[in-house]
Amino acid sequence: MSLDKSAVAHIAALARIKVPESDLEPLARELSNILGWIEQLNEVDTTGVEPMTSVVRMELARRPDVVTDGNCRDKILANAPEVAQGFFAVPKVVE
Amino acid sequence: MSELTDLTMADALAGLAKGAFSARELTEAHIRAVEAARPLNAFITETPERALEMAAASDERWRKGEAGAMEGLPIAIKDLFCTEGVLTTAGSHILDGFKPPYESTVTANLWRAGAVMLGKTNMDEFAMGSSNMTSYYGGVENPWRRKGDNRPLVPGGSSGGSAAAVAARIALGATGTDTGGSIRQPAAFCGIVGLKPTYGRCSRWGIVAFASSLDQAGPMTRTVRDAAIMLGAMAGHDPKDSTSVNRPVPDYTAALTGDVRGLRIGIPKEYRVDGMPAEIEALWARGIDWLKAAGAETVEISLPHTKYALPTYYIIAPAEASSNLARYDGVRYGLRVPGESLDEMYEETRAAGFGAEVKRRVLIGTYVLSAGYYDAYYLKAQRIRSLILRDFTDAFERVDAILTPSTPSAAFPTGEKMDDPVAMYLNDVFTVPVNLAGLPGISVPAGLSEEGLPLGLQVIGRAFDEETVLKVGEVLETAAAFTARPER
Amino acid sequence: MADANGYVIEGRTGPWEMVIGLEVHAQVISKAKLFSGAATDFGAEPNTQVSLVDAAMPGMLPVINEYCIEQAVKTGLGLNAQINKRSVFDRKNYFYADLPAGYQISQYSQPIVGRGRIVLDLPDGRTREVGITRLHLEQDAGKSLHDQHPTKTYVDLNRSGIALMEIVSEPDIRSPEEAAAYLRKLRSILRYLGTCDGNMEQGSLRCDVNVSVRRPGEPYGTRCEIKNVNSIRFVQQAIDYEARRQVELLEDGGTVVQETRLFDSGRGVTRSMRSKEHAHDYRYFPDPDLLPLELDDAFIERIRASMPELPDAKKARFMTDYGLSAYDAGVLVAEKETAAYYETVVNGAEGKKRDPKMAANWVIGELFGQLNKVGKGISDSPVSAAELGALIDLIADQTISGRIAKDVFAEMFETGKPAGVIVEEKGLRQVTDTGAIDRAIDEVLAQQADKVAEYKAGKEKLFGFFVGQVMKATGGKANPKLLNERLREKLAG
Repeated sequence: MSLDKSAVAHIAALARIKVPESDLEPLARELSNILGWIEQLNEVDTTGVEPMTSVVRMELARRPDVVTDGNCRDKILANAPEVAQGFFAVPKVVE
Repeated sequence: MSELTDLTMADALAGLAKGAFSARELTEAHIRAVEAARPLNAFITETPERALEMAAASDERWRKGEAGAMEGLPIAIKDLFCTEGVLTTAGSHILDGFKPPYESTVTANLWRAGAVMLGKTNMDEFAMGSSNMTSYYGGVENPWRRKGDNRPLVPGGSSGGSAAAVAARIALGATGTDTGGSIRQPAAFCGIVGLKPTYGRCSRWGIVAFASSLDQAGPMTRTVRDAAIMLGAMAGHDPKDSTSVNRPVPDYTAALTGDVRGLRIGIPKEYRVDGMPAEIEALWARGIDWLKAAGAETVEISLPHTKYALPTYYIIAPAEASSNLARYDGVRYGLRVPGESLDEMYEETRAAGFGAEVKRRVLIGTYVLSAGYYDAYYLKAQRIRSLILRDFTDAFERVDAILTPSTPSAAFPTGEKMDDPVAMYLNDVFTVPVNLAGLPGISVPAGLSEEGLPLGLQVIGRAFDEETVLKVGEVLETAAAFTARPER
Repeated sequence: MADANGYVIEGRTGPWEMVIGLEVHAQVISKAKLFSGAATDFGAEPNTQVSLVDAAMPGMLPVINEYCIEQAVKTGLGLNAQINKRSVFDRKNYFYADLPAGYQISQYSQPIVGRGRIVLDLPDGRTREVGITRLHLEQDAGKSLHDQHPTKTYVDLNRSGIALMEIVSEPDIRSPEEAAAYLRKLRSILRYLGTCDGNMEQGSLRCDVNVSVRRPGEPYGTRCEIKNVNSIRFVQQAIDYEARRQVELLEDGGTVVQETRLFDSGRGVTRSMRSKEHAHDYRYFPDPDLLPLELDDAFIERIRASMPELPDAKKARFMTDYGLSAYDAGVLVAEKETAAYYETVVNGAEGKKRDPKMAANWVIGELFGQLNKVGKGISDSPVSAAELGALIDLIADQTISGRIAKDVFAEMFETGKPAGVIVEEKGLRQVTDTGAIDRAIDEVLAQQADKVAEYKAGKEKLFGFFVGQVMKATGGKANPKLLNERLREKLAG
């Protein structure tokens, strides 16, 4: 599968990573190279094979409905780049 | 003094028990060693004050007769493990300044067992790499050099700093994580022991997530016995991790009987890859002979889907990573590059904060999960993963352990293989299938290459049969009598 | 599903039918969050009910709250739906300030609950069945406040991670009234089950509305989604506006663009959300931190056995056992507490049965009237069911008249005193003594002699006037039936 510049731009936007225009072409080539190498998986006949859901074979662990956490605002905000009155602050979003 | 840093963990424990030296002396020796070895760049953060405090507490516990399994042993922690109050970077710029207000379960287990923290080791960024060259904090130097060649070599990755620290004798042991080979491959490149336990054996809580269905923490040590001791301290069920398995942790050292008589060892023919260096073939053959001499039986087996393991991994791991790394967005911790809008802040922060390899994998991952491609890539890869697991399950009907080389080559010079990501990925060709199947695997130093660099052999076991893996590993270790040491 | 009520919009070029589907997000009642142990209470100080998991700190992992699973299953059973014994949690990936992990843990292709149905009670007394497509569990997001600062948005993660049930209806709804009826019934069922408190103002029940239009008999048209409409009234308004907007657009030769819109409740219109630069590609995949959820029959049956009688069943029972009209029964069962109150009034504590219809009138008429005036709910009623029952007993045994009883009730409501005490204190016992009534009548007729003459000459409606006068003379306490009888006799003679 070959990716072109616009495909890379689209993926980069989905992943919220800014890619300068000049990097789009080289990146497209790099990614296409990797994806080309991955294509060999099409050789494998996987008809009737279930996708792996988990290597661990056990039941999903459940916890009881008890409050055991939270009430630790200091810890939660301790590493934040910008805090205001107990909130995280980010550039304003206009809806 | 340097003798203290030469000890194995087992011998250090014995020495502390006897009172031959104190935990403080042992830690001080290592702190000096860490300082002296700074050119290797194995550490991102050194924690000498904390280490001395912990050593003092250990001495107290030895005095009271309350010593834990790792009491007083100075170890290094890969910077992927969140350590409370101590900078944790995952080798990335995007976690600048991040000091977790919590301790990972595995490291908490180690501290409870009495271990002493020397610091946080360097690693490939977000554990993505096989050379440690993708770290924001610069590459790590392998303490080994080729005979007559003073070009610096890579220690392997992603747990490069941990491997180098243990090989250079500046830590008695270190934690690593292994998603596609990140413990076993650097262990092989640095001539030490590296064990990846069964998926679910150790808790992932508090370990910066790369690929959730593959990541597993494990010990990196100089001997198999040390790995057994350290694994015992690290492992255990964690109710905070839904993928952590509730099985008791046995005494792994008790499995080191040296007796492999009657054990059936599988030799997978598909691991004999094209262009495999003769010396690696030769090492493998020697390993087979050693095990036969020790009374084991070797059986040729087939793992037919082996060659598809790497591309399968390079769909699944990036896919999971692209989602796991979405939280690094400049909002709640780490680097923030300002932007006029929220999206701009995200895009600038992540562009500046992530290195090239991380970006590549996040983009690949985003792509293979995106609309129209999910079935062809991600679902297909998960089906092949089922087939790879089935290969192993079938093989383990006939054998008790599998022997393979750890890596297709010895350590290579820094800067090599950087132009072609795929060439770098091929370093993990022997290790990746084990992660896909969730099985335990160990790399044991088994010999030297023609250029005098360490080469490792890998033993793979059934799920939760770390005992057999360790037992076979120790037999190889004894037979190999690997006493070579790096110059640095 | 074919529409039965023929509700149409008359366009310029002919009739149009509206096709509506509702997606409701219901916050699950639980003490702790879906995948973390932080609390779920409403109105806490910002970021005080946030665990490390909720804040998506590095290395954090989800562990599922068993009670939330039970609540989802219970709700599924209440919707007559299929419980899927195997379901999978998927990650829904997108970036937003109130989504710390950059993904929401949700369920995409294998939800915990499958097809079900709800019966709508329509205002004209008809019922109509609407299909439920599915119900799944997912995490709620945090809250972004855009109006606290000129250039910054403030983020509070208290709500992040609270369990939500997303309940999706089939596109079977055909009018704003049906949509309202759907939401009322759904809310009622959730409150009966105790799985969600259904509070749309506080946001524990949120509604996204999908609207399209078509000519009757034709295939579905393109739909628009109107997000986050937070009251039943606004849902009706939004549907009405949007359907008309689409009809006009189509009649003018345009096409409906599939998009997400917001309802501007101030102006009563829907408008397109600011165009997003990036189309949403959620890249769903199974969450590798969780295993598939497997439920066994025993678990499901245990929950089924614990379920209360639901509104539809209760309404049917009230109609059968108490002879109530569909309307009255419907009003009484809308809230579980009201139905329980009513049954206590009817059945009494000592198994003493009272007239169910009278009890219904008193609850729906007087009690609701007084409660509404002071803005109280039935759980806070100053008059208990037992006390109302006692009042009804006093009417039944003729101690007081119905009219007087209303005054007594108002007094009970205000003072909290029991009916008997008020009647005695105020001397309100009904006058049933024929002699006293006769005397009162004679007095009035004597005073109103000219009116009596008019009455006898044919002005029959003066009868009511005389009744009123006699009532006044007896301080309202005359037994009305007796008064009527005696007055008629005297006027005839």
